[in-house]
Amino acid sequence: MGKTLALRYEASVTEFRDAEIDSPAEADGRLVFRHRLITRLWHWLNALTIIIMIGSGLGILNAHPSLYWGQYGANFDRPWLDLPFWPSWLTIPANYNLAISRRWHLFFALVLGFGLLAFMVASVVNRHFRRDLAIGAADVAPRNLWADVKAHLALRFHDPARPGAYNILQKLSYVAVIFVLIPLMILTGLAMSPGMDAAWPWLTVVTGGRQSARSLHFIGVTLIVLFLVVHVALVILADPINEMRSMITGWWRIPEDEQ
Amino acid sequence: MSRLVTRRGLIAAGTLGAGTLLAGCDRVIQVPAARRILFSGEDIQRGLQRTLMGRDALAREFDASDLSPVFRSNGTANPDTPAYNALVAGKFADYRLEVGGLVARPLSLSLDSLWRLPARTQITRHDCVEGWSAIGQWHGPMLGTVLKAAGLRTGARYIVFHCADFIAGRPYYESIDLFDAFHPQTILALAMNGAPLTVPHGAPVRLRVERQLGYKHAKYVMRIEAVASLVGIGAGKGGFWEDRGNYDWYAGI
Repeated sequence: MGKTLALRYEASVTEFRDAEIDSPAEADGRLVFRHRLITRLWHWLNALTIIIMIGSGLGILNAHPSLYWGQYGANFDRPWLDLPFWPSWLTIPANYNLAISRRWHLFFALVLGFGLLAFMVASVVNRHFRRDLAIGAADVAPRNLWADVKAHLALRFHDPARPGAYNILQKLSYVAVIFVLIPLMILTGLAMSPGMDAAWPWLTVVTGGRQSARSLHFIGVTLIVLFLVVHVALVILADPINEMRSMITGWWRIPEDEQ
Repeated sequence: MSRLVTRRGLIAAGTLGAGTLLAGCDRVIQVPAARRILFSGEDIQRGLQRTLMGRDALAREFDASDLSPVFRSNGTANPDTPAYNALVAGKFADYRLEVGGLVARPLSLSLDSLWRLPARTQITRHDCVEGWSAIGQWHGPMLGTVLKAAGLRTGARYIVFHCADFIAGRPYYESIDLFDAFHPQTILALAMNGAPLTVPHGAPVRLRVERQLGYKHAKYVMRIEAVASLVGIGAGKGGFWEDRGNYDWYAGI
């Protein structure tokens, strides 16, 4: 069984390389191999990790739901934002328990950080970044961006000429999440650790202080939640069955109206 | 595509899945093996941090202009036991810091003798596990000076701080290992912001362990004990909050 899968994977990789996703005519039928195993594994591990990080993070935030700028900030200082108490259906654990929220958060922080590192190394080696996510100057020309916005509003997500390729808004959002948002979460998370601040004193310099890091951590997760909502909404609008299959098996069917 | 899998079905399953995941976490942590894995995060974090920081990396020290205008007190604001109240009434003239356990020369130090030891003054950031931070100035002898005077015996691995306060009827205590005990910024603070410690901030002696979170910084320290193992002290997890609430013993994060 394992061998069969491995063979199939090998075969599909070869086919993928031979066909190149931007020439559907050469692809086997209407299915293209879109996501490699390492991409799919990271995607689902990361989905699990980020949901746990958000739930446990909100549980931690409940201990002191005020945010400050600068090095310090506590009850007698002026917060820039006072947040509500997050309800139990959003937090891990459901009932307020700071110690257990921290156990979840700080274990999965390791999964998030080392998972991202492994994915980045693999995606440089297997050329996923260069092939699928590289953004050229022409891609971000205002006219091109505007055309893609209009295409999105019309629920057209694939370039008929290159249906397997990511569109520019997709590339920009993936690049932002992989290279900016998740690294920002890791950096600001580390800056909140008194031990790491001693090990790497530059952490509180680049973040502007521990309380600024805490604020940026919250702003960062807000943007990640925004990404999640849009990401899931677009999967549903595009074709959830096809998109889910491609992220589970790797195989994606070229939409009929775009062949 | 199979008619069994519909768009609506997938959306419902996805929503249910995310909800189940959050609720499932509370079930998962009841499983002893899962709990052990999750709690092992503490050891991994400690190992990584200690490797990256090395023995003598200092917590950042600030200027007087960076001090928090108000440094809030947290935890016990006053032990309020007859014994402690008597010490306060006598301006701590009868206070003795006992240093014992696995030491060559047990000590009993008056507050005066602690004040006469060479001292360090440091302006550092205090980080509460709850998320807030306050910057204060602390002054007192290095813990290492006291431990060297007592002379640790072989086998001593942890330093336990027994405190005068009780929370919910149980005595507060904390512990650190020798890595932090001999760190130059680990001091027995006698003064804060230029004045002797007040009762809400742990008078007359409060531990400062600057590379860890606030609950490690035991207030109202009465007795220091060098031990080989934390088993048998409290519930054996090395501190009041560690015993009572599953808080990490290593609180560098």
